[in-house]
Amino acid sequence: MRILEIKNLSVHYGVIQALKEISFHVEEGEIVALIGANGAGKTTTLQTISGLLPATGGEVIFHDTDITRIPGHRLAGMGMAHVPEGRRVFPDMTVLQNLRLGAFSRKDKAEAESSLKEVYRRFPRLEERAMQIAGTLSGGEQQMLAMGRALMSRPRLILMDEPSMGLSPIFVNEIFDIIGRLNEDGVTVLLVEQNAKKALSIANRAYVLETGSIVLEGGAKELMDNEQIKKAYLGE
Amino acid sequence: MSFLNYLINGLSLGSVYAIIALGYTMVYGIAKMLNFAHGDIIMIGSYIVYTCMSMAGLHPAVSVLCAVAGCLLLGVVTERVAYRPLRGASSSLAVLITAIGVSYLLQNIALLTFGAEPKAFTTLIGWKGISLFDGALMIRGTTIVTIGASLLILVGLELFINYTKNGQAMLAVAQDKGAATLMGIDVNKTIALTFAIGSSLAAVAGVLLCSAYPTITPYIGAMPGIKAFVAAVFGGIGSIPGAMIGGLVLGIVEILSRTYISSQLADAIVFGILIVVLLVKPTGLLGKRVMEKV
Repeated sequence: MRILEIKNLSVHYGVIQALKEISFHVEEGEIVALIGANGAGKTTTLQTISGLLPATGGEVIFHDTDITRIPGHRLAGMGMAHVPEGRRVFPDMTVLQNLRLGAFSRKDKAEAESSLKEVYRRFPRLEERAMQIAGTLSGGEQQMLAMGRALMSRPRLILMDEPSMGLSPIFVNEIFDIIGRLNEDGVTVLLVEQNAKKALSIANRAYVLETGSIVLEGGAKELMDNEQIKKAYLGE
Repeated sequence: MSFLNYLINGLSLGSVYAIIALGYTMVYGIAKMLNFAHGDIIMIGSYIVYTCMSMAGLHPAVSVLCAVAGCLLLGVVTERVAYRPLRGASSSLAVLITAIGVSYLLQNIALLTFGAEPKAFTTLIGWKGISLFDGALMIRGTTIVTIGASLLILVGLELFINYTKNGQAMLAVAQDKGAATLMGIDVNKTIALTFAIGSSLAAVAGVLLCSAYPTITPYIGAMPGIKAFVAAVFGGIGSIPGAMIGGLVLGIVEILSRTYISSQLADAIVFGILIVVLLVKPTGLLGKRVMEKV
């Protein structure tokens, strides 16, 4: 079943067209990677899907619903979560307050508490640091917090923007393991990454974005063997 | 003993400044704008109480409720009509200039409706106050109510922000509007709520101010508004305890300098404080330095 479908999506920043009628889709249960260089339009794509940026053309379909014009704050309640680039935890609040805000759109208080336990189980470090001010966490811990916060809304689809950015190699491996396990537990993931090698290693399929257009698509394994990809993105 | 008397008067005036400053600082912290019309909401609140009591003959408590409701509505409407359309504007000056425009608009509406001659405000607080040390220290009822009200408001606000969902949403919007949106928080609604709270507080400040200084003109809000702004900057704009401390300090400094230095220089001293604070600690007492992301 198709959980997300992007049809001819265009986005402009003033007169500059950042996305040029791109189309792609994500099936339920998949990890789909969106790879590309700096400025290719990866973050723009995610921000447009989650309603932070207005589309200037095309459609975003989430679970048979056209969400192109739906304001961003309503999507969390519809089962979509977005872990933004640079994590963007609320720096002056505690870890626990950040996590509770993740459940802001939920009405079921008791079940939200069980989600909190679930997040703590997945990220024991967050439980240890529940009362710590989020701005004082390390980069990797902030990434975990941002992911945990997204999980608090019990999403069916998570958009992840550069989860490995600025992290040490050990943390990068840990974060990707966590994404893999999340997916095994039934969460669909749309992953944006500059670290193409890592992204392709856990993704089912991938799309390659270049200056606002999709130039290549295919299975992750197949793309990893593609000579063009090897040269441009894998550094081989 | 008279020094103590002046100190208490200063605390009372400072409490009014603090309540106004709370509105300034909350709106700044969450909507990132300086609402220079905030002082004039005080004036409108005072006129509403005056109209309800002197003209409609309503009970003082009902009149105060009317003022709070009226100012709340006024705050939300000005935000919706005048400020929200400019939120995405390329220059933050646009909304600042609009706020000054709203300030003049409100003053002139009051001038048109009530005329320029001052109206006498009958104090709402009948309580004569208490007398200590065989009458050497008299504390007026208005003073006690004012200080008590400001403490109550401070505690109430802290509880609201730290322990309610909407309060947490305000903090989230203050820190990162985009991330707040991703959590499912309606940023526009949260900002409207902030204006509602700030403007209701302004109505309360108006009632307290007019109980202490019982004359109303269309311009009574301007000076306290600007002084409360100084108080908010002094305490660290965006900080709620900062606004409280800033307000109290400013009120005490104003009364003491009026008494011991010169009544004409009192305002100059108050604004002198602003200059000194901006030179020595630009972020104010409790303000944080905002780190620019590289």
